[in-house]
Amino acid sequence: MTFSLNILSDLMQMLHYQFMVNAFEAGTIVSIIAGVTGYFVVLRRSAFTAHAFSEIGFAGAAAAVLLNVAPIAGLLGGSIMGGLAIAALGRRATNRDTQIGIVLAFSLGMGLLFISLYTGYATEAYSILFGEILGVSRGQVLLTLAASAVILGGIAFVYRPLLFSSLDEDVAEAKGIPMLFIGTVFMLLVAVAVSFAVQVTGVLLIFSLMVTPAATAQYVSRRPQTGIIISVAIALMATWVGLFVAFYTVYPVSFFITAIAFGLYLGVRLVRAAIKPKIVPAANL
Amino acid sequence: MNITVSKSRTVGVQSDLITAENLTAGYPRKTVWQNANFAFGRGEFVAVIGPNGAGKTTLFRLLLGLQQPISGSIKIFGSPPKRGNPQIGYVPQRHIVDSETNIESLELVRLGLSGKKWGFNPFVHRDREAAFAALESVGATELAHRPLGVLSGGELQRIFLAEALVSKPDILLLDEPLSNLDLRRETDMLHLVNDVVRTQGVTALLIAHNINPLLPHLDEVVYVANGKIATGKPSEVLTSESLTALYGVQVEVLRDPHGNVAIIGIEEHHGALA
Repeated sequence: MTFSLNILSDLMQMLHYQFMVNAFEAGTIVSIIAGVTGYFVVLRRSAFTAHAFSEIGFAGAAAAVLLNVAPIAGLLGGSIMGGLAIAALGRRATNRDTQIGIVLAFSLGMGLLFISLYTGYATEAYSILFGEILGVSRGQVLLTLAASAVILGGIAFVYRPLLFSSLDEDVAEAKGIPMLFIGTVFMLLVAVAVSFAVQVTGVLLIFSLMVTPAATAQYVSRRPQTGIIISVAIALMATWVGLFVAFYTVYPVSFFITAIAFGLYLGVRLVRAAIKPKIVPAANL
Repeated sequence: MNITVSKSRTVGVQSDLITAENLTAGYPRKTVWQNANFAFGRGEFVAVIGPNGAGKTTLFRLLLGLQQPISGSIKIFGSPPKRGNPQIGYVPQRHIVDSETNIESLELVRLGLSGKKWGFNPFVHRDREAAFAALESVGATELAHRPLGVLSGGELQRIFLAEALVSKPDILLLDEPLSNLDLRRETDMLHLVNDVVRTQGVTALLIAHNINPLLPHLDEVVYVANGKIATGKPSEVLTSESLTALYGVQVEVLRDPHGNVAIIGIEEHHGALA
C-alpha cells in the first residue's frame, strides 16, 4: 500500500479492501450518532457521565469476552445499566461527579479482573480500550446501522423538550415537561451511542467523537440545528481523514481521529479568540 | 379564624383570576403558612414580600401546580392549578445561564412557546415570529441573536421575561427578578413589568425583598411572614395597625417623607428608608 499524490487512486486502492469499506461505513454511522448525541452531552455538561458509561461498558465488555459473548452485548448491557442508574438518581445527577467517579473506578477494576481471568489474548482488552475499527465485521456494521436508527429517531422525538430542559431546567419543569422521562430517554440513547462509538475510538478515546466535535460546534454556531450539523461534520471529517491517513501509515486510527478532532477544536478556539469582537454593554440596558 | 387584612374585597368573585380560601401550604411535617385568603383580578400588579424562607416561593409553587395545598383551596380561573398550565409564564429565582452557553437568545424564547412539543420541527415560521414579537414587547429585539452566555443580568431578565410572555400567559410569576440588578436596571425592569401588566392585561406576581421601588406601580401586596399572609392594597396592608392585628405582636410601619416604608418588628426589616 503505497501513497501516491493521486488522492482518487489512493481512495480506490484503500476501498478495494473489504475491512476498509466496513471501517468507513461503521465510522460514518458512529460519527453521525456521536456528533448528534454529543451535542446534547456538551450542552448539558454531561461529558463526565458519558465517559462513565463507556467505562461501565468496559466492565460489561470484559465480562462478555470472558463469557465468550460478543463484546458489544456487554458494552450495551453495562452502559444501559449505568444510564438507568444515573437517570434514577434524578435530574441533577449529571452534576454528581463524586458518585459517578466512584462507580467508574469500581467498573474499571471489575473490567481489569475479568480481563485477567480471561485466558485468551490480551488484544481483546486492548481493542476495547483503544478501539478496533479496522476489525469491524459486516454484521457489526449492520447492527450499528440499526442502533443509529433508534438513536436518531429517539433524539428527533425528544428534540424540543430535551433542548428546552437542557437550557432552562426550572421553566421546562414548570411547563409540565416530564423531566425524569426526558432525562432517562436521553441517558439511554447516550449509553447506546457510547457503546457503538467505542468500536471506533475505544473506551478511553470516546471523547474524541462524543465531546470534541460538539464542543467545537458550540463555539462556531449559536443555533442548535446548525451546531448539530457542524458537530456531525467534524466527527465525520476526523473519522474519514483518520482512516485514510492511518491506512497509509503504521500508526493507529484512533490516534489520528483524536488528533484531528483536537486540532480542529484548537484551531476554532484560536481563530475565535483572534476575531472575537469585544462586547460593549448596551447603554440603555 | 381567618385573618384577612383586605376586608373590602370579596373573595371568589367570578372576575377574579386567582383566588385562595383558607389556604394552608407547606410540607407534611411543616406548615409554611396558613389560612391565607386572597383574590387577584386581571391586569393587577402584585408584589410578594417577606423575609427569606417565609414561603414566598411556596406560593408560586402552589400556583404552578408543583406543590399541593395542605388544606384550603387555591384556584386559577376557578380551577385548581395544574403543572404545565399555559396560562402562566414563570421566571424562576436565581435563574442563571452558564457563561459558556453559546446559544442565541431567540432560541430560548422560541422554546418558551414550543419547547413542550414532541418531535423535531425547528423551522416553524410562526414560532419565530411569536418569539420576535415577545422580544420586541420587552425591548430586546437587538438581543435576539446574541448568545445567552454573554448577556448581562438585566439583559437576561428581559430574555426570561420574553420567554415567559411568548405563550401569551394571563399570569406572570416573577421570582426575585430584581435581585441581581443595580438601581437603574431595577427601575427599568419594574417599568417594563408595569407596561406588560397595563398593556397586555397580564396579572403579575413579583417576589421582591424591598417593596419601596415597587410602590408606585402596585395594585396589591402580599406580605408573607411568620406563617401568615396579609393581602390587600399597599396602603391598607402596610400599616402598623393591620400588621399588629395580624401578627399579634407590635409591628411598626415607618414612612419617610418620600413615601418609602420600613416594617419593623417581624424578624427583619423589609424595606429601607431613603
